[in-house]
Amino acid sequence: MSVEPATLKSLVKAAAEQVIASAPELTALDQAIGDGDHGANMKRGFEAVLGKLDTIGALPLDEALKTIGKTLVMTVGGASGPLYGTFFMAAGDALSQKRSLPEDIVEVFACAVGAVSTRGRSQAGEKTMLDVLYPVLETLKAEAGRADVTERVRATAREAVERTVPMQATKGRAAFLGARSIGHADPGARSSCVLLHAVCNALEARP
Amino acid sequence: MNDTVGIVIVSHSKDIAKGTADMVRQMVGSEVKVAFCGGNPDGGLGTDVSLIIDAINNAWSPKGVAILVDLGGAETNSEMAVEMLEPDRRNRVVVCNAPIVEGAVMAAAEAAGGSSLDEVRAVAEELSAS
Repeated sequence: MSVEPATLKSLVKAAAEQVIASAPELTALDQAIGDGDHGANMKRGFEAVLGKLDTIGALPLDEALKTIGKTLVMTVGGASGPLYGTFFMAAGDALSQKRSLPEDIVEVFACAVGAVSTRGRSQAGEKTMLDVLYPVLETLKAEAGRADVTERVRATAREAVERTVPMQATKGRAAFLGARSIGHADPGARSSCVLLHAVCNALEARP
Repeated sequence: MNDTVGIVIVSHSKDIAKGTADMVRQMVGSEVKVAFCGGNPDGGLGTDVSLIIDAINNAWSPKGVAILVDLGGAETNSEMAVEMLEPDRRNRVVVCNAPIVEGAVMAAAEAAGGSSLDEVRAVAEELSAS
């Protein structure tokens, strides 16, 4: 896919700024069921991405995604670094293999989600970011190509975060809490939702 | 000198990582290469992939390197670091499923005897089996 450098830059910038702005909320969620560093970690990672915005904006989309992923891996400092990093690197790898956007969004997204699942040795239903990513993948399968797909993705992500509230964590730091993890939304699910919303909003705002 | 498997200790806390390495050196001696790291890229609690890569390279031995970790992110970041090594080193590094302090001491003691990477890992992981 050929993406105008200005479009790619504005997309990445919007997504990064949204994650950075949500850091206090992510931290509050993580203080409830984790170790309270998710907001600060994501903020550090996406600030590093913003610092490379000019470089990233000038790259082909697949290389841009890999660079974002690698930057997150090297700067986040918690498990979310490799997890989000893997998401973006796997999406970039998928695009490098003769796939293009937006036609192959389902395949590319599926590769990225599958890689996160492998990296975290986790499945859906374990109160993680995957509990947002898998439902969004299903929405993309059903709705990709439709005019209102961004709206559907936003709604799916938002509802999916709410569904993590009654779940009991069996992966990640929250798993130590056992039943006490029930009653709080998962911070990783929430940060995935924030990112997806930011990307959908930016796509809609494109001239 | 005979090569021995290297040991890397990765904790969220640099103090814990250093303290664990100190214990290994006192209990096992200095014939096994031990490297450690802890803390996120800002120096707070967490782990840092680039520091882990450095530690693996510092503890490098042709017989391989065994990594001992504390909690979730340390394990995920260590696995990530292993994948980012030079291709010929990647297959000679393992992340042990073992408690960090006991695992590091047992792994280093086993390594000191000249054992293989698989043997070192197995001894460390016995601690998690019981």
